Amino acid sequence: MASAAGATTGSDRLRNDDIGLDRRLELFRLQVEIRDCEKRAFDLFLQNMIKGTSHLSIGQEAVAAGFGVAMREGDKSFCTYRGHAHTLARGASMEGMLGELMLRDIGLMRGKGGSMHLTSVEHGVFGSYAIVGAHLPIACGSAWRAQYLGDKDVAVCFFGDGTTNIGAFHEALNFAAVWKLPVIFVCENNLYMEYTPISDVTAVKHPAADRAAAYGLERIVIDGNDADVVYRTALDALQKAREGGGPSLIECLTYRHSGHSRGDPAKYRPPGELEEWLKRDPILIYRQRLQEFDVEQETIDSIETESKRKVEAATEACKASPPAPVELLTKDVYADGGWAWRN
Amino acid sequence: MAELTYRDAVTRGIAQEMERDTRVVFLGEDVAKAGGVFKTTVGLYERFGPLRVRDTPISEQAILGAAMGAAMTGLRPIAEIMFADFLAVCFDYVANQMSKLRYMSNGQLSCPLVIRTGNGGGVRFGAQHSQSIENWTMMIPGIKVVAPSSPVDVIGLMAAAVRDPDPVIFHEHKALYATKGEVPDGAIVDTIGTAKILRPGRDCTIIALALMVPRALKAAEALANEHGIDAEVVDLRSLVPLDTQTILNSVAKTGRLFTVEENPRLCGWGAEIASIVADEAFWDLDGPIVRITTPHIPLPAADHLEDLALPSAARIADKVQRVLNG
Repeated sequence: MASAAGATTGSDRLRNDDIGLDRRLELFRLQVEIRDCEKRAFDLFLQNMIKGTSHLSIGQEAVAAGFGVAMREGDKSFCTYRGHAHTLARGASMEGMLGELMLRDIGLMRGKGGSMHLTSVEHGVFGSYAIVGAHLPIACGSAWRAQYLGDKDVAVCFFGDGTTNIGAFHEALNFAAVWKLPVIFVCENNLYMEYTPISDVTAVKHPAADRAAAYGLERIVIDGNDADVVYRTALDALQKAREGGGPSLIECLTYRHSGHSRGDPAKYRPPGELEEWLKRDPILIYRQRLQEFDVEQETIDSIETESKRKVEAATEACKASPPAPVELLTKDVYADGGWAWRN
Repeated sequence: MAELTYRDAVTRGIAQEMERDTRVVFLGEDVAKAGGVFKTTVGLYERFGPLRVRDTPISEQAILGAAMGAAMTGLRPIAEIMFADFLAVCFDYVANQMSKLRYMSNGQLSCPLVIRTGNGGGVRFGAQHSQSIENWTMMIPGIKVVAPSSPVDVIGLMAAAVRDPDPVIFHEHKALYATKGEVPDGAIVDTIGTAKILRPGRDCTIIALALMVPRALKAAEALANEHGIDAEVVDLRSLVPLDTQTILNSVAKTGRLFTVEENPRLCGWGAEIASIVADEAFWDLDGPIVRITTPHIPLPAADHLEDLALPSAARIADKVQRVLNG
């Protein structure tokens, strides 16, 4: 692991860096683009251009970016309704993501799924699931297939702290451990299960990690706002899974800057909590990290400028896209493409 | 041609498909080393090995979730839910997940899997291990629902279910496991969504499913022998897709329709058929459509009470003759 300590220069640090400049810029770019996209989603809500509900990851970008960069082609992501960030982190386009939130034809699922079900198989995003906990066993199934066929891909399953109290979480962890499956369970602990502090409703301090021992797994708690820490932890777990070492459970400590969903002003937070976490904003942390590595300000600025340009272009493309054609209403209920339940 | 039990037909149906396609894998509670609590999977573990036939913990959500994840990424899993009643503890996967995957993803994902489950009553297991829950599964768009009544149909419809590109719920009837039937040699592949006329008749149509099929056939014999009523008996075999044409054609011929349902009365599958026939064949009918069902009660364990609850051959025959002669 590279150390940033001592009086060495940024160039010295880069020379000894296990992550490398290209990946560092990628980690930064992803976090910035996710942030800008999520902020745009919020703005589009206020303009009534996005209907229904939406769950933003503002403040939690480092988890998605760290895994997004560490995962390789063929690895599969299983996300929750708070899945915009993870979908973008695997390479899905902004117009595909925003277009789906806007329920336009340009969307990843042409408006049939909506914000909570983002799916992009070509990018390894095997669905976003809106019933809490349901996708942990599903990720186990993908991992079982990999184990059975000898495929080397890993299933990575992202979920919130609230998920750790539902039965499917415990069924999946035991199942994955007993079958030694190549699956990684990533808990984004943002301190709140919807509107309630997770500590009010959980018997242990760390809702995921403190349950690991029950399934014979290592207790892992990391700083989920530092993309480097996430990236390195992800790499270790991915390698372990690929080598047949079985599942990992990783608890990433993070914080969402906004409420649970569109309709939540997050008034349940104690005064000053948000401000403390804003000091640990993952993008702030990473911008400083790049500066420590002597990355030129111009490079940093250009990533941020380019992100805003891309979000602008994606928004315009989405606005120009028609709504999904009506024939999609009854399409793809069954494999024949239709919906016939009788002759 | 050989005589086979319904139970052994399950084993043979699974084995036939596992032999054909290495993507077919099988998981469930006590299914591998123990051969299944109903002895429906004896020998599969020894024949196909521990990688393809796997025991699971008592974790129904994990069983269906894992089957779904495997199906989405290229396998053809068969998952056993030991008693159909247990589908209630993992119904999320049936109602919210596998049934909606293709639609929500705009066709990007599919879920070709089979859920086998021991459905139905008549075996004195009490209210939580005896329910006939095929109507729970019928009302969800995106899945198919099969319920065979004979050994040959078990094999042929199992093959069709495993090869089907959509999720299929395969209701085996616990009270039929010990029954026997003639089964041809060699591979058998049937078609889901086709009803069978098991006994042609002129005077009325009796539609039945699973355990109610042999009872309807027995009732038809009694109706012919004792009342001179010539009943046509239709084995639905699958609820989704529903073979509406066979039903409508039969009603056009007989003019009278009875459904025999093991499920409790409200929202049983017969109500949907009655609705279709009333809409589309009203002028073919010579009298009201009559549903013969289990009353709207939980099932009791006591044998004489359970026998009173489930439609029996005698009750079917009595109801039909009273309606037609009344």
